[in-house]
Amino acid sequence: MTDTYTALVSRGWGRDVAKRLGLPQPVPLRRHDPAAPLLPGPALVIGEGASTEQLVSALEGWGVEVRRDAEAFAQSSRTEANGSGPRRLGAIVLMLDGVQHPRDLAGPVLAAGKALRSLAPCARVVTVSRRASVQDEPAVAAARQGVDGLLRSLAKELRAGATGNGVLLAEGVSADAPSVLGALRFLLSGRSAFVDGQFLTVGTAGGSLPADAERPLEGKVAVVTGAARGIGSSIARTLARDGARVVVVDVPAAGESLARVANDIHGTALQLDITKPDAGERILTHALSRHGGLDIVVHNAGITRDKLLANMDAARWDSVIAVNIAAQLQINEALLASDRFGEGARIISVASTSGIAGNRGQTNYAASKAGVIGMVRSTAARLASRGGTANAVAPGFIETEMTAKIPFATREIARRLNSLQQGGQPQDVAEAIAFLASDAAGGISGGVLRVCGQNMVGQ
Amino acid sequence: MSTLRKAVVVGGNRIPFARANGAYAMTSNLDMLTAALDGLVARFGLQDERLGEVAGGAVLKHSRDFNLTREAVLGSALSPETPAYDLQQACATGLEAILGLSDKIKLGRIDSAIAGGVDSASDAPIVVSEGLRHAVLELNRAKTLQQKLKAVSKLRPKDVTPVAPGTNEPRTGLSMGEHQALTTAQWNISREAQDELALASHRNLAEAYDRGFFDDLVTPYRGVTRDGNMRADTSLEKLASLRTVFGRQLGDRATMTAGNSTPLTDGASAVLLSSEDWAESHDLPILADIVDGEAAAVDFVHGKDGLLMAPVFAVARLLGRLGLTFEDIDYFEIHEAFAGTVLCHLAAWEDEEFCRERLGLDGALGKVDRAKLNVNGSSLAAGHPFAATGGRIVATLAKQLHERGTVDGRPARGLVSVCAAGGLGVAAVLEAR
Repeated sequence: MTDTYTALVSRGWGRDVAKRLGLPQPVPLRRHDPAAPLLPGPALVIGEGASTEQLVSALEGWGVEVRRDAEAFAQSSRTEANGSGPRRLGAIVLMLDGVQHPRDLAGPVLAAGKALRSLAPCARVVTVSRRASVQDEPAVAAARQGVDGLLRSLAKELRAGATGNGVLLAEGVSADAPSVLGALRFLLSGRSAFVDGQFLTVGTAGGSLPADAERPLEGKVAVVTGAARGIGSSIARTLARDGARVVVVDVPAAGESLARVANDIHGTALQLDITKPDAGERILTHALSRHGGLDIVVHNAGITRDKLLANMDAARWDSVIAVNIAAQLQINEALLASDRFGEGARIISVASTSGIAGNRGQTNYAASKAGVIGMVRSTAARLASRGGTANAVAPGFIETEMTAKIPFATREIARRLNSLQQGGQPQDVAEAIAFLASDAAGGISGGVLRVCGQNMVGQ
Repeated sequence: MSTLRKAVVVGGNRIPFARANGAYAMTSNLDMLTAALDGLVARFGLQDERLGEVAGGAVLKHSRDFNLTREAVLGSALSPETPAYDLQQACATGLEAILGLSDKIKLGRIDSAIAGGVDSASDAPIVVSEGLRHAVLELNRAKTLQQKLKAVSKLRPKDVTPVAPGTNEPRTGLSMGEHQALTTAQWNISREAQDELALASHRNLAEAYDRGFFDDLVTPYRGVTRDGNMRADTSLEKLASLRTVFGRQLGDRATMTAGNSTPLTDGASAVLLSSEDWAESHDLPILADIVDGEAAAVDFVHGKDGLLMAPVFAVARLLGRLGLTFEDIDYFEIHEAFAGTVLCHLAAWEDEEFCRERLGLDGALGKVDRAKLNVNGSSLAAGHPFAATGGRIVATLAKQLHERGTVDGRPARGLVSVCAAGGLGVAAVLEAR
């Protein structure tokens, strides 16, 4: 879907006018391009100690040029300017995992602040810190929780498509755990274009890094429901791009576009009403018999039947609950009952910011989507013993056929109500899901990753 | 036969059938056949696969579609290195394609194949008159101005009128419906019996859709999700209220209506066939074996048999060759060109004299248990895009057989018969896997 406003204010006289009038200035976001380097410039790593060194060597392994001293960078970028403008930072990685007291934040945070003006368009700021817990000393908990407010505020100050996100380490997880590196790489890359102001929590040292960063899902078999169009078709295409064999599922009535998606990505089409009692078994049977296994299930199928609660009828309420959450519960039950869906299994459900912040007219939808968040938390615990994970992804305003039907003025406002001042693309949701589906995310489970450009509502 | 390997049905796909001049009015045979192939490719993950052969055809065919099936393959997601050919045997086109390709698989000449069929009664070819055609051809041959003038002078105003397509029998001038009306009357088939058969067809088809039976047999097309001709809510009263459309010269004995005859229909189907090894090495299911088939023809021109009675002979000869009786058949798929056609076939097989004298049997071939007849609906409900019907029936039957599995310790068995213009009929036997 085109966003004419973003195109208009991204260059030429449109940019100048928007700047002078103080209008929102969204820019086209940096998205995944296999030919492009991981970052548009060097990464400034602020921090010290063993964990910092671990991340520095990982960054250098990914071909990133690492700078350690914010002052020195500011100096060198001025001297390196030979007519082509100063060299700009692709990212700032802010190591805050050692903070013991809120006072400890000042040094590294203010150093990062000095470097913010050197950020390139669509650069990244990533904090790495420990998750606050009730076991922490009060001062430690305060310092760790402080990172939350700091990062979310910093993300709102960034401009020109730059984003700020954080990696949270649970107690006992070291900075070189596969999912810490996996999360860091995802957040630095173009794959996280529309993820802003969010934290990824690494709970365990589980998971492993891919042999080929461009094909992290090689050899995996994935099922995507609601894959005939919109976000679902984008998820299917992205999983296939990353190497997975994909089974695309949608209701029989959507079969024509479903077949097109299957043929485009060399997958197989399974026409299926997911609310039928045998849906889970049929999915499992298809994946096992045709593709010899099942590793990844993406619950994307969903419907809306909006009405104010005062006007809500049973049919609207029931159909939304049946498709958006009851079907997922039933399918997961069948999957968990099978010993063929186990080692390293991934369940990823599409939730919604409506399920986090609530939305007028969507009591049924928000109940189902909040239900998804509760479900993955509980399912994560059940999958943990077999090395599997369950997570949710909550999209904000995404440019789809569905949102294109929103009246113009409402849509324009909805688009701009986030730090990136634009709607996301289906691809952005798909990238987050593909990351959570990968082996590199094996230590991340039970959480919700918002893909909303840091929408003003909710967390 | 023991030296031959087996040919199996892996699965099928069709687009929902639509009544002529309806949802697919602006859609060509090539478009529909390509869509049927693409749906099959998507279901079984055959993208860029080089298959042994694709064969198919259409009954109503434009001259530009001389290589229809090959063009559909080129337009599909299959490997462009998949060979293809057209064939045509009127309404038996689809079934004959399946039998021919199965034989090639059994012989080991190919390992995999798709049998297809398509027809559009909406986008039918319209041709110029014979007079105009002869004049234009003669003009083309003419060398001198005098010869050219002579060719043109033969044209008459009436020659300019285009000729609409017809399916009337060339040798009798009668439409298929008029032919069947005579046969229906000859076998004393009642209006009520025909309406009951039509009702069962609609109910069975609707019930099969409702239980999701067609989820992996049909891929929606152009917004159509179920067969447009299906009337799930029809009743004997509604069917009885329709006026007769064929055999009206018979007066009170006219019984055939739009309700118990198939309408002109647009649609396409495709069936994936292969050897057992090919299916297994591609991790694909095996639904049924194509056991054997038989074609027959009758002399309807001289009135010896009704136009659509050839399946009566094909079935008798096929069962005789296989040493089977009706007791050995668990599903009968008898194409419902008209309800009267099916009922005449059943009557003939129950008629001792006919079976003795015409089929050379000791007595009646037997009675078909109605509970085993067209259990998932047939052409009266689904419609009948001529060349696509064989593929619809075989895919539906193969899935039904596979679901049933075994009967009394032997594989469930199904019999298919399809009648066709020109006094043709083709029958086949399938067994569950």
